[in-house]
Amino acid sequence: MITLVNIELYKIFKKWRTYIGFIAIGILVPIIHIAMVFEGKDTINFMTRNIQQSFVFVGNLLNTYLISYIVLTSLTVHIPFLITLVAGDLLAGEATAGTYRLMLTRPVTREKFVTAKFIAGVVYTNLLILWLALMSLVVGYFIFGVGELLIIRGDMVIIFEQKDVLWRFLLAYGFASLGMTVVASLAYLFSSLVENAIGPIVSTMAVIIVFVIISAINVDLLQSIRPYLFTNYISSWQLFFDDPIDMQEILKSAGVLVLHIVLFFGATLIIFKRKDILT
Amino acid sequence: MEASNNELVIEIKNLSKNFKELKAVDNLNIKVFKGDVFGFLGPNGAGKSTTIRMLLTLIKPSSGSIKIFGKNLFKERLSILRNVGAIVEKPDFYGYLSAYKNLEILSRISGHDITKKRIMEVLELVGLAGRYKSKVKTFSHGMKQRLGLAQALLHDPDLIILDEPTTGLDPMGMKEIRDLIIHLSRNLKKTVFLSSHILYEVEQVANRMIIINKGTARVEGEVKELLNASHLTVTFEVTNVEKAKSVLSNTSWAKVMKDTANSKLEFTIDSNDVASLNRYLVENGIDVCSIIPTRSLEEYFLKITEEAS
Repeated sequence: MITLVNIELYKIFKKWRTYIGFIAIGILVPIIHIAMVFEGKDTINFMTRNIQQSFVFVGNLLNTYLISYIVLTSLTVHIPFLITLVAGDLLAGEATAGTYRLMLTRPVTREKFVTAKFIAGVVYTNLLILWLALMSLVVGYFIFGVGELLIIRGDMVIIFEQKDVLWRFLLAYGFASLGMTVVASLAYLFSSLVENAIGPIVSTMAVIIVFVIISAINVDLLQSIRPYLFTNYISSWQLFFDDPIDMQEILKSAGVLVLHIVLFFGATLIIFKRKDILT
Repeated sequence: MEASNNELVIEIKNLSKNFKELKAVDNLNIKVFKGDVFGFLGPNGAGKSTTIRMLLTLIKPSSGSIKIFGKNLFKERLSILRNVGAIVEKPDFYGYLSAYKNLEILSRISGHDITKKRIMEVLELVGLAGRYKSKVKTFSHGMKQRLGLAQALLHDPDLIILDEPTTGLDPMGMKEIRDLIIHLSRNLKKTVFLSSHILYEVEQVANRMIIINKGTARVEGEVKELLNASHLTVTFEVTNVEKAKSVLSNTSWAKVMKDTANSKLEFTIDSNDVASLNRYLVENGIDVCSIIPTRSLEEYFLKITEEAS
């Protein structure tokens, strides 16, 4: 199995499309940093406009933590697209290239083949989130330094001490990886059904966008569906920035995400095991 | 080719595969013995590739059984595939990797300890050693076909399944592949299952063969026997057809003379009788411009190929 995973990782990182995600993040995050150098103060003024009469803010509020928090909120729609580029291609790409015939006529079980590819996809997903974390936190550190983290949630203003922030970010990135693994699992499932990588990429993004829209519309009927949509739990990384942290809610969200990963991967296994290789 | 022995390498029994309404393979029975070069002949769409995909577990049969090396293919898949090398249809590889890297990846999952030296050996064998660093996407179809052969031979398997291995090769390349198949069989004692839609190709290398069409077996047996047993249809082109007919009218040749067209006469005769007939015509003042033999097996195969296309 280790050999297969290594082979799959080698194949993933030999394809240029793998680097699109890393390049996109490598460009996007510094652009946000540069924009914040010029517009950051205005952004903070805008964020705190309703409470400026009651509070006086001192210290370095425009810091790497605030920017990393803003970047993380883009997770629901933008990062999934970068993940599906690779995860959607994992199986469908082999079908398109006709290379199933090479791999599956070797003494390798289909279960191992599918599992190795899935593990490689999860590794890619986690590396992408790690890259996002490095670009946000480390690059931001050199530009803005660290400081207190100001978060405004509804009518509430939460300010975390500088020493109380980093561990929250590490856990939030960990949780974000779990959420993005669900996205990768869904793209992987779609990838097992078709013979072209475009289909899984578009289908996964369509599911995410539809789910996000359903969640956003404030109608009772749609809100009752909300707990059953996995996208609802992807943004649960924000719970690490509550005080106190609601661990029960975090564990519930993590459980729902893990369940989705198991379901999507299980379905992929069953489908692929029965699949006739015709390409 | 040498005669085969009695040790069964492939045993296909009542094999069928349906794709919804389409019967791609219908109740097929095949026996391939150790050391055979078994020709699997049929026109495009006859069910050859579907059968080969079932032999390699890429497709599940709708019914029937397959035994390879005496083992049930679907129960002992891994141990069987360790000893099978194959090309299935057109040779596709990871185009963004080099020829060497493609083979290295396959060697790592072959179930054998394959050295770098061995990889270079098979590349040398198929004439690609000089391009081992080149990315496969820069290869021509013929080069990919050769690389396909290299990956099939990489782990030195006892059974080699080749699905139209000469497609896309130039005449020299085709001959080299045929020579290689003969070498594999005669010198290395490999069993070769060779699918083709070209009778001539099978005739050159195979000792036994089967012709399938529309998923069912039509003709099966020893290649020599099948070809020798089949009478020839010989077309004689003569200068004066009417005179030739008159000359032949009171002879036994008239009974085997088929329809005539233009300046041609057709006979269904044994190959040994061609010379006698030619001599008889010439001795009776008929000038013979050409003699074109067509074997009935060839004719039959041509007919089903035409039907299929």
